[in-house]
Amino acid sequence: MTYKRKDGRKLDELRPISAKVGVIPNADGSAIFQSGKTIAIAAVYGPRKMHPQHQQDPTKGKLRCTYNMMSFSVTDRIRPGINRRSTEISKITEWALDPVLMLENYPNKVVDVFINIIQADAGTRCAGINAAAMALAHAGIPMKNIVTSVSAGKMDKTLVLDLDKYEDSEFKEGEGSTDIPITMTPDGKITHFQLDGKISAKQLNEIIDMAQKACKEIYEIQKKALKDSIEEKQ
Amino acid sequence: MNEQNLTPKITADRIKTYLKQGKRFDGRGLDDFRNIEIETGVSKNAEGSVKIKLGKTEVLVGVKMSLGTPYPDSPDEGNLMVTAELLPLSSSRYENGPPKFPAIELGRVTDRIIRESKFVDFKSLCIKEGEKVWTVFVDIYSLNDDGNLFDAAAIGAVIALKNAKIPKYDEENDKVLYEESTGKGLELSKDVPISVTFHKIGDFLVVDPLREEEDISETRVTIGMSGENISSMQKGESESIDVEDMKKLINSAEEVIAKVRKKIEKHLK
Amino acid sequence: MERKSIIPGEIVVEGEDYLPGEGTEKRDNKIYSLRYGLAEETNKLIKIIPLSGVYEPRRGNVVIGKVEMLTHNGWVMNIGSSENGFLPLAEVPRYVNKDEIAEVMDIGDLAIVKIFSINSRGIDVTLKSRGLGKIDDGLVFEINSNKVPRVIGKEGSMIKLIKDETKTNITVGQNGKILINGEKIEDELLAKRAIEHIVEKSFISGLTEEVTKWFKENASRDVPQNKELEGKK
Repeated sequence: MTYKRKDGRKLDELRPISAKVGVIPNADGSAIFQSGKTIAIAAVYGPRKMHPQHQQDPTKGKLRCTYNMMSFSVTDRIRPGINRRSTEISKITEWALDPVLMLENYPNKVVDVFINIIQADAGTRCAGINAAAMALAHAGIPMKNIVTSVSAGKMDKTLVLDLDKYEDSEFKEGEGSTDIPITMTPDGKITHFQLDGKISAKQLNEIIDMAQKACKEIYEIQKKALKDSIEEKQ
Repeated sequence: MNEQNLTPKITADRIKTYLKQGKRFDGRGLDDFRNIEIETGVSKNAEGSVKIKLGKTEVLVGVKMSLGTPYPDSPDEGNLMVTAELLPLSSSRYENGPPKFPAIELGRVTDRIIRESKFVDFKSLCIKEGEKVWTVFVDIYSLNDDGNLFDAAAIGAVIALKNAKIPKYDEENDKVLYEESTGKGLELSKDVPISVTFHKIGDFLVVDPLREEEDISETRVTIGMSGENISSMQKGESESIDVEDMKKLINSAEEVIAKVRKKIEKHLK
Repeated sequence: MERKSIIPGEIVVEGEDYLPGEGTEKRDNKIYSLRYGLAEETNKLIKIIPLSGVYEPRRGNVVIGKVEMLTHNGWVMNIGSSENGFLPLAEVPRYVNKDEIAEVMDIGDLAIVKIFSINSRGIDVTLKSRGLGKIDDGLVFEINSNKVPRVIGKEGSMIKLIKDETKTNITVGQNGKILINGEKIEDELLAKRAIEHIVEKSFISGLTEEVTKWFKENASRDVPQNKELEGKK
């Protein structure tokens, strides 16, 4: 019995995506990324002097990410301020972006990336990474590539792409839901990979292919958002 | 938000020279607000939400409602809690960490504007006297700080409250069904409180300051008015203000606020 | 190769005789971009022109800086880049005694300086050249440093147009800080608005005609106010 998605999407169909850069005038780079009902906004400040001083790296610049959700972004209000989940996702985001950044020319400096979730419907860390990647490029940070993030998963026995909130946290039938957020470059270098649930090696390999194909699609949207900003198309 | 004077002296001098001729850096008059843009319903998991822009300053306000217990001295009244966060994303001047004084003051001044004007009917938030009431949370986030977060936050907050819809309360199971809205808005006074913050720069009083103007302002007074009455005032920063100047700004508050109301009238209906 | 918009990781052009210039790298006869901006070719050399991001200082750049700190032998200046600049006592055109440092320039003062050295120890600036010096008066504001070439124009044609139309004196720092001095406030504000208009429209071709047209439409020097209310009339 194949799983049927509540919003009528095909199993390997992404939610509608919109992306824009240059949304925060004060920031050196900024972007907003929306996937379905999930909205993430990211701003980059840097390279700039790293404080506190003891965290400076004399050999190259450092990336520092902070991810947080706005209190009203979810159904049950989150108390403002950081928590363990946001601290972990901040680090995951750093690891997802770091491999493509070239910060050797900025010793003792930091590139600060701030991500806030305005509206959450699952896939928030992926939306955050996608927004951050665009914001970093927009800030003129030298990088080998843009990274793209997507969540893939499994509903009972069916493989799906881009889980929404129901699929991510409420679906409980059969084997339940397995959530697999993945980030990679357009040439297939994976910079971030997480898995929560249960899945066979064979299906996992299929997931990776599915994710790679989806990332190519999302990458085109990120690229267009960046180029449209140069050409100022409204 | 005038803790460090980051504006260079010659810019401060220039601003004051311009003010002598009734002009500001962006060509506005001393009593003029910047262009105001308002978008409602920008965060759909909130009971009400608003994105407001004053020129390039941008603030996001969300309203959430949850079940709470009433305070012992007001058993038949719901609660209001207003908080503000100055996000590092909105300016290189803000850092991560627990809210510092400017964010706390922003939340409290906005709270006063709402509370003292009796804008919200707290009794209507009572579900069961002495036991169960609605707590209304108003959370304010800065997205871009180009001056005057005070007024952006206050105007955003009242419009967010105006647009909020009460979620369904399932009495049998004692929980809130957020996915189901009653479609009803909050019981609010028809007089919407609007705030205007006056800044003293040299001999002049300006409203809706740009960041450079805010940096050099010596003192500020935020006035909240609803209908014909002034319901809240707060003077901030360390310099003093003359009695004459205080009277001047009290007298111009009504006119300035009337102009702001006109700019945003469709959102006040 | 025609100028084109490019993002990091994209292939700009393929071919073994192309050379990787600034912001690019060559792998297997392909030139890859490492930056976001416009890719440009000059005699087979490919480089990327950034259009956004923090100011990157270059030797010889004339910039407007702000004094942040006084040391025993000079002034630490914020020039808008990730690293501060340093103006040593020796680089001031007249002799300065260690005790008069604050009198010559104090914290918060602005000056037009030139970058004369960039190395691992930092960025050094000088006041010893014509047109440099402490700024005593004027309107100073900031644009993104990457838009400065458009504001200056080919051989200074754009900035000359603005100066002539507004009868102001304008110094454009390579770091995006701009100083305007005019006899009347209206002139200074008009020049500022003109520059902001150029920044907004910086991507179009025929910018000079557009700006000339803009000046004709805005000759009255009145700033359009309350666009919202005007529409409702």
